[in-house]
Amino acid sequence: MSTEKLQQTPSQTVGPFFAYSLTAAQYGYDFNSIINGSLLSDEMPGERIYITGSVFDGNGNTISDAMIELWQADADGNYVTQYPNIPISNINFKGFGRLGTGTNAEHQFNFTTVKPGSVKAQAPHIDVILFMRGSLHRLNTRIYFSDELNDADILLNSVEALRQYTLIAERKEINNTIFYHFDIHMQGEKETVFFEL
Amino acid sequence: MEIDYNVQPPHLYPEYKSTILRSPTQPLVPVAEMLKDKSLPAFGESAIGKFDNDLTKNARKDHDPIGERIKVSGKVMDEYGRPLRNVLVEIWQANSAGRYIHKAEIHDAPLDPNFLGAGRMLTDQEGRYQFYTVKPGAYPWGNHFNAWRPNHIHFSVIGHQIGHRLITQMYFPGDPLFEFDPIFQSVPKQARQLLISKFRMDWTDAEFALAYEFNIVLSGRSKTPFE
Repeated sequence: MSTEKLQQTPSQTVGPFFAYSLTAAQYGYDFNSIINGSLLSDEMPGERIYITGSVFDGNGNTISDAMIELWQADADGNYVTQYPNIPISNINFKGFGRLGTGTNAEHQFNFTTVKPGSVKAQAPHIDVILFMRGSLHRLNTRIYFSDELNDADILLNSVEALRQYTLIAERKEINNTIFYHFDIHMQGEKETVFFEL
Repeated sequence: MEIDYNVQPPHLYPEYKSTILRSPTQPLVPVAEMLKDKSLPAFGESAIGKFDNDLTKNARKDHDPIGERIKVSGKVMDEYGRPLRNVLVEIWQANSAGRYIHKAEIHDAPLDPNFLGAGRMLTDQEGRYQFYTVKPGAYPWGNHFNAWRPNHIHFSVIGHQIGHRLITQMYFPGDPLFEFDPIFQSVPKQARQLLISKFRMDWTDAEFALAYEFNIVLSGRSKTPFE
């Protein structure tokens, strides 16, 4: 095997019409979905939470054709991939979810999950992968939680102090249900921090 | 290797108008090495349905879909050419008339009741995938006056590490629309051929389907074989 590197395949936009393949069940197309807005099954231990938010363009308008993926550890801080030889479809907790922003009048996403535990001395967090028409790349960001001690987190600390708040989801309790609200701003004063990954 | 902008498009490419309000204006924040090899989930064979990789069959009602039947196959690799197995490859495309089934699509071309245009599969032990479909048509998209997209198939790939997540588009050789399409042109000139599939006469199903090869190389922090 040579150490000569191959050129990586260039990225292209997801475009406006991904839904009937990537999020078919959510949008009501006749194709089953193996990834959806729930990261878990009913029996999963941990604090049940909902992750809500919208994606805003540079004019402050909500984006109706973005696609968001979440990837997280379980309540004990373990990723599904750390449990050997178990395909994701066979266990209670997937830790991976995907939604489009086009099925709700406010263009909101609403994921169901459990609050992740801390991983290797990092504060509890969820990795966010974002695609949309008008973006030629995958964009990576992270959700942290407003009620956790985030001060010592290695990644959060690599972000300039004035922009760290763009990564922290605010906890809200409504009728005994726990929501964390996380808006993504593509541009402007509140522009979300994206990571080079 | 992380994002290589000698190969990758920029975030802002004003000729593709939607990037103007939707691309970050601040530089991406670098990430500590230890965070770059985070694994992505593995998907099981049980998640994949019998005809998920045959778009000529997976929405068939009473006839085969109209269009030129083709086979699209290739390998998913890391930057050292090592095959990546068990990678989820999802595709979507317009039908042979250039019409997407998506509800927001308004182009005046016919839908095909026997064609959805969605497929998925997992790569095998050698990193290979293979789809049967019909060749997608070109369609206008309103970016500028009389803007038409070249024929293409969208690919979504979930590899092994967080840097292995890729969405791209596969094109067909010799398309006359390449020079007019800002999405294709957003890729640096020397890398554009990486998005064009190869016609493979030797891979055809004789007298049944023509064949195109499209290999996918994922970035990400793969260690070199000798590290």
